Amino acid sequence: MKGALTTAALAVAITGVSAACGDGGSVGATTETRGEIAVWLSNNAEEVAWGKQMVAAWNAQHADQKITAQEIPTGKSSEEVIGAAITAGNAPCLIFNTSPASVSQFQKQGGLVPLDSFSDGTSYVEDRSGAIAKQYKSADGKYYQLPWKSNPVMIFYNKKEFAKAGIDTVKPPLTTYDEFLATSRKVVAANAAKVAIYPAPSNEFYQSWFDFYPLYAAESGGKQLVEDGKSTFASDEGKRVATFWRSMYAERLAGQERYTGDAFADGTAAMAIVGPWAIAVYKGRVDWGVVPVPTSSGKPANEIHTFSDAKNVAMYSACKNRGTAWDVMKFATSQAQDGKFLQTTGQMPLRKDVASVYADYFSKNPDYKVFADQAARTVEVPNVPNSITIWQTFRDAYSKSVIFGREDPGAALDGAVQKVDQLASQS
Amino acid sequence: MNRRPPTVPKPARNARLTARGPGALSAVLGKQPIGTAFVTPYVVFLAAIFAYPLGFAVYMSFHDYFFTAPGATVDRPFVGFANYVTVLTDPAVQRSFVNVGIFLLINVPLTVVLSLGLANALNAAIRWRTFFRVSYYVPYVAASVAVVGVWLFLFNSNGLVNSVLGPLAPDPSWLVNSKLAMPTVALYVTWKQLGFFILLYLAALQNVSKDLYEAAAVDGAGRLNSFLNVTVPGVRPATTLVVLVATVTGANLFTEPYLLTGGGGPDGASASPVLIMYQRGIEQGKPDVGSAIGVLLVIGVLLLAVVERRFVGKEEQ
Repeated sequence: MKGALTTAALAVAITGVSAACGDGGSVGATTETRGEIAVWLSNNAEEVAWGKQMVAAWNAQHADQKITAQEIPTGKSSEEVIGAAITAGNAPCLIFNTSPASVSQFQKQGGLVPLDSFSDGTSYVEDRSGAIAKQYKSADGKYYQLPWKSNPVMIFYNKKEFAKAGIDTVKPPLTTYDEFLATSRKVVAANAAKVAIYPAPSNEFYQSWFDFYPLYAAESGGKQLVEDGKSTFASDEGKRVATFWRSMYAERLAGQERYTGDAFADGTAAMAIVGPWAIAVYKGRVDWGVVPVPTSSGKPANEIHTFSDAKNVAMYSACKNRGTAWDVMKFATSQAQDGKFLQTTGQMPLRKDVASVYADYFSKNPDYKVFADQAARTVEVPNVPNSITIWQTFRDAYSKSVIFGREDPGAALDGAVQKVDQLASQS
Repeated sequence: MNRRPPTVPKPARNARLTARGPGALSAVLGKQPIGTAFVTPYVVFLAAIFAYPLGFAVYMSFHDYFFTAPGATVDRPFVGFANYVTVLTDPAVQRSFVNVGIFLLINVPLTVVLSLGLANALNAAIRWRTFFRVSYYVPYVAASVAVVGVWLFLFNSNGLVNSVLGPLAPDPSWLVNSKLAMPTVALYVTWKQLGFFILLYLAALQNVSKDLYEAAAVDGAGRLNSFLNVTVPGVRPATTLVVLVATVTGANLFTEPYLLTGGGGPDGASASPVLIMYQRGIEQGKPDVGSAIGVLLVIGVLLLAVVERRFVGKEEQ
């Protein structure tokens, strides 16, 4: 009995333990305070390499304001680790891997410093990123994140498998939903690949960013899932996207089961929805081509929007030397450092006119050019309260209806509207 | 032989301590200060690691609570049963409790039957006994992530199991079939933890007197009758323990739906209360709602444990 009590108590109490952690905070911190700071980087090898050179370059010029950098500690996800660090009061000054979807939650926790509190905060963000910056503004009109880099998602296709199925490998018919379905049927019928495409069918809240959302951004001309506090996804555009994916799953052109490994690299799937990071990953493994995500009417490429898959930089409230942190934030996102970031990682700095600013790079690396063009038309997850709960609600409805066909997709989207609207309206 | 020994009072081991009179020390530490000193570390451990978080979780479940940075000033008003209403009217939570009920209905009896049967077999003088004992124990100590990977290969639509079954393979396949996903998870957990429960039974079997088997044999009992009338009653305390431990660990199911069925899929058919608690409490930043789920789970497990102990452990009592 005692075992039952204690074990069950441990299960329920997991959430309580972190609240009992020590005190910390940022007593005396002002926007002018300077000194040593800590930053966290993503554990992606290329980003770590960029981060190390950035830190070395800064430290060489600022002996009295040195940066200490480390990778984000291991956890189930970066967001959980950051959330725990905020609660414990030991978050670093800057994290170069802040998910836009988590910003509203971190903000609610009192874990973020509004960049508008710096005299040039708002102007720096907006001058660097242009019109796209407004997507990153919080509900209170402030910037709690600096839009840093995006991975605009597009459709990769395997040229060898397409050739085997008798499909044009230079301009494959993937522009409209009908073309996409017909091409997918050909691939599977010819046994060129087991399935045409394999977006993760699992139920994590973020999985919709890589199936529904890119196509919805394209179909709707750049709408976010929630705009002005109201959900937009149950519109005709949203239902067309959901119906398209339902056809893919119903005809078994997309995989319903969790795949262990990389279905595109393994040849199990002939297509994948990926960002520019994939260029380095599939180099020498897959002979690939790339096209924008499809729309029902086959919009031209220069009108296609897609999901940004961005990660940003945020300043955390435990930071004491905020003046230095702000200077480092600007240094790390300067044109020169953004250029080095692009060169090292292949990911797109979230600055306006990235294609023209780094024209030299793109002329030497033409594979990345198409992503740079696409980067000008990206859609972010909405920066609203309860963002993750909203995405989980959406995913549950999508999973039930689109992936597993247990409800009409249109009815499922309609059913999710009320809850999403209610969540988005909460503070 | 049964004569009672003379009741000569023994000098207390801590007579010297108590002899100095009921001073301040005994006022604080009681009549047995050394015993108290030995017990204290565990009591402190229990209070800090179990009792405090449990109490705190109950507190959170009755408040509008979320984690904040140190120094952040926020209101955390008392909300009564609002979090419980949220939880109890949430179809995903309701489904998760049904799911874990299905899981326990399959997992607990299967665990008892298989572990007792296998322990009985492994207790006999069979060849390769040590090899088999180790083999059954390996899945228990193996990392879940690795073992889940193996099961994904076994049970996906093109996996070994479906290849063997051929036309009899279910469609949709095991892990994406809303009727079969939870039973498959239950089967997996039973298999993975079997080694531990076999060990419990093996230890219990050493305490069953050989005389009882001989007496049963003299009375004409065969192997089956000996097993049913000597072994099963003989290991009843172990069975009570196995049932309770299997229930508690089963109610805390998390890793398997998280990894094996991709977050409780398909369509929530294998979501467990702890998985939902993790989603709500950690991912979605609502520890108050997560705590309410946890408190309900504790109450449910305690009730179940009382019922199980009443039925399985009645002769022991």
